[in-house]
Amino acid sequence: MSEYNKIYIPRDSSSLSMGAEKVAVAFQLALQSSNTNDTTIVRNGSRGLYWLEPMVEVDTPEGRVAYGPVKARDVESLVAQGMLEGKQDHPLCLGLTEEIPYLKKQQRLTFARAGVIDPVSLDDYLATDGYTGLKRAIELSPQAIVDEVKESGLRGRGGAAFPTGIKWQTVLGAQSAQKYIVCNADEGDSGTFADRLQMEADPFGLIEGMTIAGLAVGATQGYIYLREEYPHAHEILDEAIAIAEQNNYLGDNVLGSGNAFHLEVRLGAKAYICGEETALLESLEGKRGMVRPKPPIPALEGLFGQPTVVNNVLSLSTVAIILAKGADFYKDFGMGRSLGTMPFQLAGNLKYAGLVEMAFGITLRELLYDFGGGSFNGKPLRSVQAGGPLGTYMPESQWDVKMDYEEMAALGAVLGHGGIVAFDDSVDMAEQARFSMEFCVVESCGKCTPCRIGSTRGVEVIDKIRAGEDREDNIELLEELCETMVDGSLCAMGGMTPFPVQSALKYFSEDFS
Amino acid sequence: MSSSSPNATPSKAVAVNAAHLSAITSHIDNNAQKPGPLLPILHDIQNDIGYIPDAAISEISKRLNLSRAEVHGVVSFYHHFSTKPRGRHIIEVCCAESCQALGGRDLQKHAKDKLGLDWYQTSKDGEITLEPVYCLGNCACSPAVRVGKQILGRVDNDDFDELIEELTTVPVTLMEGR
Ligand SMILES: Cc1cc2nc3c(=O)[nH]c(=O)nc-3n(C[C@H](O)[C@H](O)[C@H](O)COP(=O)(O)O)c2cc1C
Ligand code: SF4
Ligand code: FES
Repeated sequence: MSEYNKIYIPRDSSSLSMGAEKVAVAFQLALQSSNTNDTTIVRNGSRGLYWLEPMVEVDTPEGRVAYGPVKARDVESLVAQGMLEGKQDHPLCLGLTEEIPYLKKQQRLTFARAGVIDPVSLDDYLATDGYTGLKRAIELSPQAIVDEVKESGLRGRGGAAFPTGIKWQTVLGAQSAQKYIVCNADEGDSGTFADRLQMEADPFGLIEGMTIAGLAVGATQGYIYLREEYPHAHEILDEAIAIAEQNNYLGDNVLGSGNAFHLEVRLGAKAYICGEETALLESLEGKRGMVRPKPPIPALEGLFGQPTVVNNVLSLSTVAIILAKGADFYKDFGMGRSLGTMPFQLAGNLKYAGLVEMAFGITLRELLYDFGGGSFNGKPLRSVQAGGPLGTYMPESQWDVKMDYEEMAALGAVLGHGGIVAFDDSVDMAEQARFSMEFCVVESCGKCTPCRIGSTRGVEVIDKIRAGEDREDNIELLEELCETMVDGSLCAMGGMTPFPVQSALKYFSEDFS
Repeated sequence: MSSSSPNATPSKAVAVNAAHLSAITSHIDNNAQKPGPLLPILHDIQNDIGYIPDAAISEISKRLNLSRAEVHGVVSFYHHFSTKPRGRHIIEVCCAESCQALGGRDLQKHAKDKLGLDWYQTSKDGEITLEPVYCLGNCACSPAVRVGKQILGRVDNDDFDELIEELTTVPVTLMEGR
């Protein structure tokens, strides 16, 4: 019996937002009063099956059994009905966790440990293949590490989908006494939460990936630029970094390899533009988050003017998997030039919102219905925004698209960071278009006129259209404005803000009358 | 300090108590050695004092060898930093798309009406400041609200009212996920 004496209660932000802390307190009290002293509570991350959170699991000889969504008031009856003895009678019982179809159907590589382990237990991490990638990397030459990443076909998961190995090659080839690894953990896109989940459920995965990046390009200092909006991720990362330092996985001589790698979390301060890599670097240097013109590219002149790798949380975490399992294993997943898996994030008005990691090539419709279960409130779905606030609104006629970078681009749509926000038929697409412009007004760094002024004009024009003022003329004006922004902006903030607006106009024109 | 400069506001307005001043100095000391220390310093000051007082801007500019305008430019660039005192509790309501898709706009309006505040305003009793936020990464449990370090999911108008009640009566740590 003693091997099966653990209860898992998640501690990631979303589980906590649904009451996981209260559930944990209730279990603690229940365990004390029932004298079940040999049972311990493990605070795991989340599996990302968010409609089931707080989802509590118990170890049984057959595997972990899940219950959810659990409220604090359910705890008494759960214990009374034999949950701790592995009985599966309670109405909240979901059976074996691994057999829940939503999870079973997925191909979890980057998120293999999410919700399985205690995020701040190095033992758990090591017991689940953790740090095999780093140990292998230490045996390889820097060029061989970079080659492995190139060979895997991994493209940046932050949005732009630039090949990670090629970026690393540039930094490896740059001559400099000081180079940096910067993790972009700004995750500003609405509808996305995969970076957060990764950091809160498997922080050592990110730390390992960054350490490998350091070895590969010869960088000894890393920074995680984390958005201020993620206080739980901040706590967990700081804890994990301290543990890694104590155990020689970070420091002056990483695992006795003779290589140094130090890591520090730096907080953003609520500015969407600081997710753009050059604005992020400015911010890290202590300046306003103004976008830098390129060239020079950050790989050659990045943080404090030194060669810098800037990669998304998921890109870096996935590198640890690629080094552990090999490039061939990873590129076996996916299609065309989109290799590996993509952590899609189902959000908005969906019944089963959560994280779905699948090989590229699954259709949007499968994600929305086979995984997402259709709308949350039972109304018909009407519009889907994929790829964050700068992504297009997709009408139902486009939902059979295969989710890969090129297929989405062929539709003029954006895969980006993999966020998918669904709206039901009560959505007012003119209001959504207005919001896109308004967001640009609030978040523009202000450097280019089309972005700064154009977005303000955009809001005004949409207001006029919605008020029925000179509709035809104003729609034409809006279209011209969009073109000016696309053509005359330095970065994708101004350059892509028109995408959701133009798609709303094109596919949902009835909402503008 | 800045009282000698011609543009200084009357000394009453910039008066910062001695405790604040020594806190500011120590936050600068604690971070000054870091590369790119300005944001860490500003975060520490705001976490401690609740906002970035004018005296902090002067002190930082002296210590980091920046102009006051440069420091002020950074403070004003970021939505997170406030140059005015704020409430004991900061309530942030998510205004981004996933939350919009599940009634977030109604919740925003309700929050403003309930508190009688617009964004970035503070209640007269100094209890609550209301702020917008663009995504809390809680999009699978929209609509979302944040209070300090606590994030709440699936918040409807009644939940919001309850939150306001509880904020003034029970410790914040017990509120998450009501
Ligand atoms: C306006 C704007 C916002 C961005 N926000 C993010 C972000 O929050 N997180 C991110 O990883 N990349 C973001 N990016 C992309 C980065 O500029 C950059 O491409 C990325 O960090 C590179 O890492 P990757 O190759 O691993 O994706 C943003 C880009 C733009 C133009
Ligand atoms: S497009 Fe907008 S956000 Fe980007 S650099 Fe220009 S003004 Fe700044
Ligand atoms: S859009 Fe509101 S939490 Fe992400």
